[in-house]
Amino acid sequence: MGGHASQNLDSATMWGGKISPFGSSYGKLMMWFFLVSDALTFGGLLTAYGFIRHTYQGEWPVGEEVFHHFPFMGETHLPLIYVAFMTFILIVSSVTMVLAVEAGHRNDRKAVTKWMIATVIGGFIFLGSQVWEWSHFIHGSHFGKVQLADGSYATVEGEYGAIDSLVLVAPHGHAEHAHDAHGHEGHGHGDEHGHEVAHADHGHGHGEENENVKTGGEADHIYRHAISAGHIHKHGDEVMVADDEGNHYRVYKQENKIESLKIREAYSEAYTVGQVIEGDSAQMLYDEALYSGSPRRIIFGAHLKDNEYGPVQYGQFFFFITGFHGFHVFSGVIINLIILLQVLGGVMERRGHYEMVEKVGLYWHFVDLVWVFVFTFFYLI
Amino acid sequence: MDARDDLIINDQYSLDAHHSEEAGKKIRRKIWIVTIILTLITAVEIGMGIQFKRHDDIWEVIKWSFIVMTLVKAGYIVLVFMHLGDEQKNLKWTILGPYLLFMAYLLFISLTEANYVYDMLVKYL
Repeated sequence: MGGHASQNLDSATMWGGKISPFGSSYGKLMMWFFLVSDALTFGGLLTAYGFIRHTYQGEWPVGEEVFHHFPFMGETHLPLIYVAFMTFILIVSSVTMVLAVEAGHRNDRKAVTKWMIATVIGGFIFLGSQVWEWSHFIHGSHFGKVQLADGSYATVEGEYGAIDSLVLVAPHGHAEHAHDAHGHEGHGHGDEHGHEVAHADHGHGHGEENENVKTGGEADHIYRHAISAGHIHKHGDEVMVADDEGNHYRVYKQENKIESLKIREAYSEAYTVGQVIEGDSAQMLYDEALYSGSPRRIIFGAHLKDNEYGPVQYGQFFFFITGFHGFHVFSGVIINLIILLQVLGGVMERRGHYEMVEKVGLYWHFVDLVWVFVFTFFYLI
Repeated sequence: MDARDDLIINDQYSLDAHHSEEAGKKIRRKIWIVTIILTLITAVEIGMGIQFKRHDDIWEVIKWSFIVMTLVKAGYIVLVFMHLGDEQKNLKWTILGPYLLFMAYLLFISLTEANYVYDMLVKYL
């Protein structure tokens, strides 16, 4: 197609509407123009991300600190491996797409069908991966991000002590019990055992049938929610948490072992950005914030107003850019499916060409192209 | 003959541009070679991402090599997978020229401004 530019045409023929000066059909040209405008959108988003990063005073999160989980691998530290898998999936589905386009140029309907099905499957795997990654990002780690006494923020590393059970001490409505459980009266806490509603064997997690004993995911959820809200108190060895309805629970949990804190944002002379605090002082600083009883000293996971990984804009850009890209993948899969149905129905054969496959291919490759940049600027740099 | 929008010259239409089984073999070979290149670059990127930390002295070099590798990958995707390299020169540069020019301008102006804002925040906050 490329060799025709060298032939001499008078400008009346070239631009008079008689031929395509670009040697391309109207549809393909318009797909290209659309992709340029879409590329400007993503370019603008990534540039805005760069702007925020360059003005940020603290320590921006690194990809391998945030993304080091792999499905079914639990807490095993596998930095960037899952993102690598997602990238590979997208590259492969781009390859199957271009193979479908090539088969289209040979009018080989069977091959086009085969490669388009492969492309759609790749698209679904990528979308599923993104759902998993978002879910992990939103739920966050066991320790979260901690706000120190002077307002500085630090991320935490260590070994988490699992929760055995939460035992309901003062249910909602038993105001006086709740008061006791809070311990604000300052009296001895020894008699609190007498108030315990549950008579389960605490600490062994065998109380599933007893609704007053919470274990597993439910216990985790209540515990983390209470910490975020500042509804956690410690008297001696006894830790109490309360949920939003005012139910008070005693916590049976193994000890956390905090190994290090990394200062992300410093708001006093005491800390500098990027400083790493280790050992006992890390443990003390974390526990002080954990049991302070103030809300938002520990931040878990991510949403649009805050996240445990870095500045609020980090989460916002993550959600917006990967979300917008994911939306493109989703619409790409849908358009691919529609064209696949047309191929199966013999529409392209009747037309005598498979240009529609080429056009949806352009869109699909564009999705891969955007991911190449998102991958570099979100996960690597 | 109805007026068609894909006439290139004389009796040639772009939509009729089919290729033979033999030409297809060549194209597929090229596709697989590009696949291997893209996969290798990605693997190298991941390895470097795990190996080097932001506070390493060499980080500035690593960062720029990430950017260069990304542009190489993008080049392969656009020119080979999206066939822009096989299109007419005027179409290729109509797509690439304005975009690259504008993005270079936008990045330059935004990052320059961002660095200035950073300096001012350090100075006055």
